[in-house]
Amino acid sequence: MDNAKKYLKIFVDVLEVAEDKVLNLNYRDVPAWDSVGHMTLIAEIESEFDVMLDTEEIIDFNSFEKGKEILSNNYGVEF
Amino acid sequence: MVWNFKQDSLAAIDDNDISLTYKQLGQECDTFKSKMAPRSLVFTFCSNTIADFIGYVAFLQNGCVQALLNSLEEHEELISKYNPNYLWVPMDMAQKFNNYKMVYEKYNYILLENLSMKHKLYEELALLLTTSGSTGSPKFVRQSYKNIRSNAKSIAKYLNITSDERPITTLPINYTYGLSIINSHLLCGSTILITNKTIVQKEFWNFFNKYGATSFGGVPYTYEILKRLKFFDMSLPTLKTLTQAGGKLLPSLHAEFAEYCQSTNRDFIIMYGQCEATARMAYLPPEQNLSKIGSMGIAIPGGKLVLVDVNNQPISTPFTTGELIYYGDNVTLGYAQSYADLSKMDERGGMLETGDMAEFDEDRYFYIVGRKKRFLKIYGNRVNLDEAERILKNKFPDTECALSGKDDELVIFITDKQKGAQLRKYLSEKTGLNHRAFVVKYIESIPKSDAGKILYSKLVDINVD
Repeated sequence: MDNAKKYLKIFVDVLEVAEDKVLNLNYRDVPAWDSVGHMTLIAEIESEFDVMLDTEEIIDFNSFEKGKEILSNNYGVEF
Repeated sequence: MVWNFKQDSLAAIDDNDISLTYKQLGQECDTFKSKMAPRSLVFTFCSNTIADFIGYVAFLQNGCVQALLNSLEEHEELISKYNPNYLWVPMDMAQKFNNYKMVYEKYNYILLENLSMKHKLYEELALLLTTSGSTGSPKFVRQSYKNIRSNAKSIAKYLNITSDERPITTLPINYTYGLSIINSHLLCGSTILITNKTIVQKEFWNFFNKYGATSFGGVPYTYEILKRLKFFDMSLPTLKTLTQAGGKLLPSLHAEFAEYCQSTNRDFIIMYGQCEATARMAYLPPEQNLSKIGSMGIAIPGGKLVLVDVNNQPISTPFTTGELIYYGDNVTLGYAQSYADLSKMDERGGMLETGDMAEFDEDRYFYIVGRKKRFLKIYGNRVNLDEAERILKNKFPDTECALSGKDDELVIFITDKQKGAQLRKYLSEKTGLNHRAFVVKYIESIPKSDAGKILYSKLVDINVD
């Protein structure tokens, strides 16, 4: 599976939302993406991409797109 | 109430930089008063903004009885059960209530009126709060003016709250613990920093630092997140006090936060309470933090904690388990299930059976060791397992299920593999709690006694994957 698919799958699995809804998703757009959902997303992303996000990155991670940006800019994950 | 609206100091600042002095807050109260029928019933939809804050203060101050609700739902069932005279709701929800007419608007909130129902309200009744994790039931806890005053005073005393404090809202205003922070600080002339941003958002920490927050409260899960956010490395020079309630913190986290606060000259205060006791019943004095790890502390000023055995006799020997009973002016009047109950008087007489099993040590510091009733704390919210089970059985009458689990992890045991996801989704929606807390486990059959009662103790031992 390529990185984009892996990344998308984490959102679909953790937040239990449809694939087509995920792409434009922001923090708290769906009830499942609250602070509990957020920390689960972070944990899953860290283990899938073998990275460790710092505080700034975790609190900056406010959308599906922003997360991608953090992973590609700061950790060289290619999408 | 007891607020002092003569002060020129700031009562609140929100994250849009709107601020209000106590004097201005008093003027806002007068404005509401001029537009509303006295002693009416109000539903306040809370979203942690300056608008719901002002509404809350004004309705309480003006002698209206108000229910505090979240603003995520329309609460049709509650509205049809109670027929409130007023709704104070976010502007974008207003058109949903077409049998109400608009009478006032401020800060993107709107006051809607329908005076068709004349309620009989008990004279001491001030406030209605949903029991946390109420699984969508129309049950409210009835709180009196005396309850709110006495609990706010007691909290202000043991936390040594002064007018210099600036607590930041980390909890919903409609959640009893979040509300108690507001009440106790308004009493002391402090400045409330109001935001609906959460601790995993950059905007929260920017707001925190911009206005120099001095304290916040958190449930156990808040502290788990804070640890993960490397809270111990954050630079928060204005922060003086951290409080914790809404369930028992893991002893390891208790120790870590206690050590951190000791070494950085801050106070970390573990507390214990329930909506049925307005908010707080006990606290662990911070100087005992490291010597009494896992303790819920001692009774708050003005309150009394007692343990009773199965024969209802008081326990006087340390390390003997009994049911925890609380006495104090903050013990609420009772519950309401419909508008007819709003005329009820005090049904508890200042005594509350907490439903928690506890013991005390040789210094009479209390420790929770179990629960008499079947409930869990999920992200700080009390979820009654029997009630949740009934809700599932009503919705899915043909599905056999039983609920068990531990705090922050409610397990739905089920015999029909097809139905698991549906039950889980429904329960998450009804409780408004993140679905991560609900786990489905399949078993061949639900263990039952000969009389057909579910054997919950056996469910815990069942090894399933």
